[in-house]
Amino acid sequence: MALIGTTVPARAQTPTLKIGVLTDLSGPYKDIAGPVAVACVRQALEDFGVAGKGMNVEVVSADHQNKADIGVSVVKQWIDRDGVDMITEVANSGVGLAVAGVAREKNKVYLNCGAATSDLTGVQCNPNTIHWVYDTYMLAKSTGSALVKAGGSSWYFITADYAFGKALLRDTSQFITAAGGKVLGSATYPFPGTTDFSSFLIEAQASGAKVLGLASAGADTINQIKQAQEFGLKMTVAGLLVFISDIHALGLDAAKGLVLTSSFYWDHDDRTRAFSNRLKPKAPSVRPTMVQAGTYSATLHYLKVAAAMGVAQAKADGAATVERMKAMPTDDDAFGPGSIRADGRCLHPSFLWQVKTPAESRGPWDYYKLLDTTPANQAFRPLGEGGCALVKA
Amino acid sequence: MSISSRTQTDIDRAAGEAAPVVPKAGSMFGFSRTQAIAFAIMVLLVVLCPWVLYPVFLMKVLCFALFACAFNLLIGYVGLLSFGHAAFFGMGSYITAWTVKHWGLSAEVAIILGGLTGAALGLVLGWLAIRRQGLYFAMITLALAQMVYFFCLQAPFTGGEDGIQQVPRSSLFGLLPLDRDMAIYWLVAFVFLAGFLFIHRVVHSPFGQVLKAIRENEPRATSLGYRTDDYKLIAFTLSCTLAGIAGGTKALVFGIATLTDVHYSMSGEVVLMTLLGGLGTIFGPVVGALVVTAMENYLAQFGAWVTVTQGAIFILCVLFFRKGIVGTVGGWFRLEL
Amino acid sequence: MFTILGIPGPLLFGQLLLGLINGAFYAMLSLGLAVIFGMLNIINFAHGALFMMGAFVSWMLLEYVGIGYFPALILAPLIVGIFGLVLERTIVSRLYKLDHIYGLLLTFGLALVIEGLFRNGYGSSGMPYRIPAALQGATDLGFMFMPNYRGWVVLAAVVVCFLTWLIIEKTSLGATLRAATENAPMVQAFGVNVPRMISLTYAGGVALAAFAGVLAAPIYSVNPNMGSSFINTVFAVVVIGGMGSILGSILTGFGLGIVEGLTKVFYPQASATVVFLVMVIVLLARPRGLFGKAV
Repeated sequence: MALIGTTVPARAQTPTLKIGVLTDLSGPYKDIAGPVAVACVRQALEDFGVAGKGMNVEVVSADHQNKADIGVSVVKQWIDRDGVDMITEVANSGVGLAVAGVAREKNKVYLNCGAATSDLTGVQCNPNTIHWVYDTYMLAKSTGSALVKAGGSSWYFITADYAFGKALLRDTSQFITAAGGKVLGSATYPFPGTTDFSSFLIEAQASGAKVLGLASAGADTINQIKQAQEFGLKMTVAGLLVFISDIHALGLDAAKGLVLTSSFYWDHDDRTRAFSNRLKPKAPSVRPTMVQAGTYSATLHYLKVAAAMGVAQAKADGAATVERMKAMPTDDDAFGPGSIRADGRCLHPSFLWQVKTPAESRGPWDYYKLLDTTPANQAFRPLGEGGCALVKA
Repeated sequence: MSISSRTQTDIDRAAGEAAPVVPKAGSMFGFSRTQAIAFAIMVLLVVLCPWVLYPVFLMKVLCFALFACAFNLLIGYVGLLSFGHAAFFGMGSYITAWTVKHWGLSAEVAIILGGLTGAALGLVLGWLAIRRQGLYFAMITLALAQMVYFFCLQAPFTGGEDGIQQVPRSSLFGLLPLDRDMAIYWLVAFVFLAGFLFIHRVVHSPFGQVLKAIRENEPRATSLGYRTDDYKLIAFTLSCTLAGIAGGTKALVFGIATLTDVHYSMSGEVVLMTLLGGLGTIFGPVVGALVVTAMENYLAQFGAWVTVTQGAIFILCVLFFRKGIVGTVGGWFRLEL
Repeated sequence: MFTILGIPGPLLFGQLLLGLINGAFYAMLSLGLAVIFGMLNIINFAHGALFMMGAFVSWMLLEYVGIGYFPALILAPLIVGIFGLVLERTIVSRLYKLDHIYGLLLTFGLALVIEGLFRNGYGSSGMPYRIPAALQGATDLGFMFMPNYRGWVVLAAVVVCFLTWLIIEKTSLGATLRAATENAPMVQAFGVNVPRMISLTYAGGVALAAFAGVLAAPIYSVNPNMGSSFINTVFAVVVIGGMGSILGSILTGFGLGIVEGLTKVFYPQASATVVFLVMVIVLLARPRGLFGKAV
């Protein structure tokens, strides 16, 4: 990195648009975002055809190491020294929120794909930020109400004892009750530091509930699913935040029957398959998660808007660019048609999936079957309820 | 078991540069001549660098440098390896951030509050931890810091994994706004230099001499009539106070306080900075903080290799480079830096 | 149905049993730490990483060579043990003349490197590993539904811990080991190759960690961070038990598993912190640990 301020970007005839992918390249979110998210951004450049349109676009990437101060320093240096115009991805809520502040301060564009906190479009929303893929509200709504409709009327939760887990528990319970279901109980476990969940699983079994809701993420959820299988749990297990990389890590044997919400699945329709096939040369051994596909979708939309308003203008004013992005409907192979709301929430349908049994699966990465769809206009928190200051204006 | 007696001698060998420099009356703030020159160069660099290097990066270095100096006060001069110093650094940053954001306190008051938080926490945890020495001390501080981490993750005021975000930089004495990078830079530089001099003063006071005596041979210090536990506890608390101040300052610079600062990897990082710079040297922790922070920044671009590189540096330092950068370079010129 | 303190008896028994099973992992890990510390005077911070390697090696054996769980129980500890031997000979052995603190720092660095390399190579989500067919299914114990695999874990852990204790406390090899801990030059003078013994002890402690890793693979997520979530707790176990005694680390490990299990019944939120609370109490009442020798 240019620590010494001699690398002022050379001004060529056409200004270069710079995209910074800030992600987790070495830690727990590496597989849900990481290098493949960077590949997805490059895929968006290719599919948009920047070269053919006479645009100059550069992609830089960095590892935030899940440390908010590193994320902030990297982004500040990107903007101040390297002339970066748009920042995308940023899994990890703490880093994700911190970067939103920097984007606002420096008037750049920030398209978050990896963070779960609904505050990004709520109390901490700002005119430079768009939250692209999912948030706790959407996960809770899709999993909670759709599963009750499908017959999962009584629930028991295993909840990670921190803000993310508690938000999921609170929101999901609300939707379950609203849909006519019942929450019979919840066990809260300390996070991090719990690897064995058997005692909670036994309590869940004893509760007699039909559905076990896992208000957790990552390795904890994997452990819970693995152990639920071991203890022969006779409940439908609903993971509130599970990525396809987690299913791959579990194997269908352990994960079969699991219900989860995702706004993207590679084998959903012809368009998603086409996108995944184009991505294959860049990431041959995996299929993209919804976060990775989201960076593709977000970058593509950004490029369309930048081309429409002119690169020089897009570089000059981040808030104006975001305003234009909100005005233009989104459409791409990964997320289909959609739109962006005043508070910066990108709207698209959310899907409830069930993991196939090994017998149903036709090959590697053939993991999901569709249970239900929540349409885009119902999938997210209503505009007025988030407490975003942009909405009143 | 004879942990304590064996423990101390080897640390000395590495930290040998900090051999008893008895301050003569009228000597330059306890500095020897070379140290005074080195200090002057450091002040000059602190003043000049922001015109050449990126100020936000420099402020981060200075905050970590103060943190590492505070840590070095324990390992270098009392021979206590704390593996839980992130607890004090992180709590300091949370309290400063929270009081600025919710009470609108001015910067200097909030930073002092951060320091006091570190002090209070250090007093309690230190009181428990100094009951054991050597490796046990390290493991106990690690475990206690882990409890602090749990607390911060779950306490409502810290915002859990989201952290305290968008903290204003406030103003100095309620008058001078600190929003511009260069404005807050001078505050950070002042806090760092004041902390640095304070530590140096402590080490070269009669109190500091007793600390070194404890490091060399605790039973002997006890037999001479010193209540060694009291001395250790005071040193521990002082170190935690400064760690809290460093954390609070960093929270203001970045406008955030997150779990990163209380996590045990931060405790490991401060050990790495001090070890790399030179245990028990005056300037070592500063150099170590500079190198480690620069490395983190630089390696961020490469991804994937950050932890591996840090680990490899740990190993290389322990195996071949126990005196650290400053200790080794000082050794070449026979200087105590 | 009878109740104890408002908790149904069967549930309480069930939780106690599950606590005991978790205690088996603590016991095996803290035992390995104690063996290494006793002989090398090094706190092996890399213990968690080596535990993880045990699980990963058994996955690799299955994935690349097609070797199943039961051979892996022997092979994985052997492979990781040899890795430990190499580590000891090339790196760790350089530290014996130095302060113990350097051992801690060095092994901390080793843990960072090992875990980082595995994350680079295999990602962070983990790898699937199935419960072997012979141990699948469950037994109804009357008060709870007990997966057979958990029973196997306790059995295997108790046997391994007992054998380790037997070797160290009751055989002539163990006697030489203990003597070498007290006075290495003297034992060397009797014609014993002390450095080789030290290497083998380190390898042995490492193999214990790897064995625990293989046992953990079918029920815990096999990912590069799986060890670091254990290591802090195991350190607390070691402080509570006191480092002087092999038996102490085994008993404390099982005991704390039970305490943790009970906490999960009465106040689950505190189940991860209770170990540290016990540590504080023990430190106040008996600074040298429950089974430790006087300082």
